[in-house]
Amino acid sequence: MLRVNDLKVYYKTPSGYIKAVDGVSFEVKKGEIFGIAGESGCGKSTLVNSLILRKPPMIHMGGEALLEGKDIMTLDEKEYRKIRYTKISIIPQYSLNALNPTKKIREIVWDLAKEHGYTDKEEIESKLRERLRMVSLSEQVANMYPIELSGGMKQRVVMVVSTLLDPKILIADEITSALDVTNQRIILELLYYFIKEEKIVDSIIFITHDIGLLDKIADRIMVMYAGKAVEIGPTEKIINKPTHPYTQLLLNSLPRLGINYEKERLQGIPGEPPALLKPPSGCRLHPRCPYATDICTMKEPEMIEIEKSHFVACHMYRG
Amino acid sequence: MSGIRRYLMRKSMIYALTFVFAVTIDFVIPRLMPGDPIGVLLSRFATLPDVANYLHGYFIEAFGLNKPLWQQYLSFWNAVLHGDLGISIYYYPKPVAQIIKEALPYDLALLLPSIVVSWVVGNWLGAYAGKSKRFDSYLMPVFYFLQASPYFWFAILLAYIFTVKLGLFPISGAYGYGVLPSFSWEFIKDYLHHWILPFLSLFFVQLGGWAIGMRNMIIYEVEADYIRYLESLGASERLLMKHAFKNAMLPQITGLALQLGLIVAGNVTVQVVFSYPGIGYILMQGIMNQDYFLIQGCFLVIILTVLVANFTIDLLYALVDPRIKYAYTEEGA
Repeated sequence: MLRVNDLKVYYKTPSGYIKAVDGVSFEVKKGEIFGIAGESGCGKSTLVNSLILRKPPMIHMGGEALLEGKDIMTLDEKEYRKIRYTKISIIPQYSLNALNPTKKIREIVWDLAKEHGYTDKEEIESKLRERLRMVSLSEQVANMYPIELSGGMKQRVVMVVSTLLDPKILIADEITSALDVTNQRIILELLYYFIKEEKIVDSIIFITHDIGLLDKIADRIMVMYAGKAVEIGPTEKIINKPTHPYTQLLLNSLPRLGINYEKERLQGIPGEPPALLKPPSGCRLHPRCPYATDICTMKEPEMIEIEKSHFVACHMYRG
Repeated sequence: MSGIRRYLMRKSMIYALTFVFAVTIDFVIPRLMPGDPIGVLLSRFATLPDVANYLHGYFIEAFGLNKPLWQQYLSFWNAVLHGDLGISIYYYPKPVAQIIKEALPYDLALLLPSIVVSWVVGNWLGAYAGKSKRFDSYLMPVFYFLQASPYFWFAILLAYIFTVKLGLFPISGAYGYGVLPSFSWEFIKDYLHHWILPFLSLFFVQLGGWAIGMRNMIIYEVEADYIRYLESLGASERLLMKHAFKNAMLPQITGLALQLGLIVAGNVTVQVVFSYPGIGYILMQGIMNQDYFLIQGCFLVIILTVLVANFTIDLLYALVDPRIKYAYTEEGA
């Protein structure tokens, strides 16, 4: 479906390149929810945004992203514009502000559909009404302005708008961060329903800093650290048998029920994520890694398959 | 839609109150000027001191200036509510209402086109500048220059270049001495010939402000999340601009309506530079000659147009921007 090879996406700044995504490879399969986890600033948002909208200062520095065999990193502007929304779409991080405040929902949708060559307004609008019902909203919402919707409703409307043209791949970028747990669950269930039951989209790339959330929804997980992928594998393996030290630290830092943190301190990851203007040498985790040895400071670990479809980039698992 | 009705009621109250205050100030201000209006009028009779003395008393009484201030105030209100603006002292015995009626067409024909055309052209150029960096770097200095120019200075500049140096246009009045106002081709040609310089002065100075406003709004809106979302979903540059433009227009609409409200006040200084017989020029005459009634009349017209224009914006805004509409209907519900 989507195959990303050694992708490098940097930000150009006056003081140099910020290596936000630095040689990441992964594959998204048809019918799966692919989760990407990592701390803020690890490059996960940059990674997915580079797939759909590259704008300065974001620059593609190398590698490819093959969507149905075509490299979307080298498409010309016109073709690139055509595949957005129809082949690859996004529910952005800023969903609550994503809708033009002075346009009705159906006007926004129709304006976009026209851009992709649709000519039958009634077809698009009835599809919109049908999808709104699907996410338990009234058909009337099509006729409303964004201002009339609550946060949870807006999130669902954006979900409907983003998927209306049945894209192959849907990027969900931190879509639950701004919601309370009730709405989080509703959104997750709807996403699941969209891909597994209705098959509106073929695959979903689900980004979150909350790895616990991925346990509930993702088929496979990629963990990112400082612009690199450190571990990729089936959800169950990543959650229950994390191999990379960073994945372990991330999972250990999750708050658990039944523990009073007055007595037992919440475990965090020591140190801070590195600035990506000058990332650490060798393995980028080594300044924070409890198992770091000499080789970690000098040589960058390669991604190796330690068991079937479970990859990890760490010197501990070499050979 | 009881919300809308409540909104209108409340707005009307506020406007009524504003009107009362403005009219009161309008009454008080001219009377705070030192000097005596009748004295100015009677300076024509300077060679006949006896007659002047007699007439002074007569006029003071005739204009009611001997009465206590509160009585003058009440009779002023009474007259205003009956549409009577009194008689001009300076242009005695011409009624103020008639003077204003004669001046008004010149104002409208000068100011309305200058405001509307500069608004349209300014928005258009500003949107362009906001969109294209190259265009922006050439145009912005020009816009800033225009906006920073005082009207009278720019008017003098144009008058100097086009009249004094090039001799292309006449320098004063709304039409030449040789013609009388009529609907003849000759008059219209002459009128337009006189009209062009005051029009250009107003047009250019206003153009800068509109363009800067629009340019800044567009730059702000283009960075907005909803534009990024549209772009992520494959919207073309044209569609992005269409969406950004509608939002960027809102403050510009307010600006236009406010400016239209000032239409009659127009620009006193430009009218003075070109001795153009609009309300601005008349008002200037009134002030120079301490003509209470003329000043009051001119200001009353200005007050009314400003209030009506503001009221219209409030209405329009509620229609154009759903955020405002719902803010009020929800509150009313």
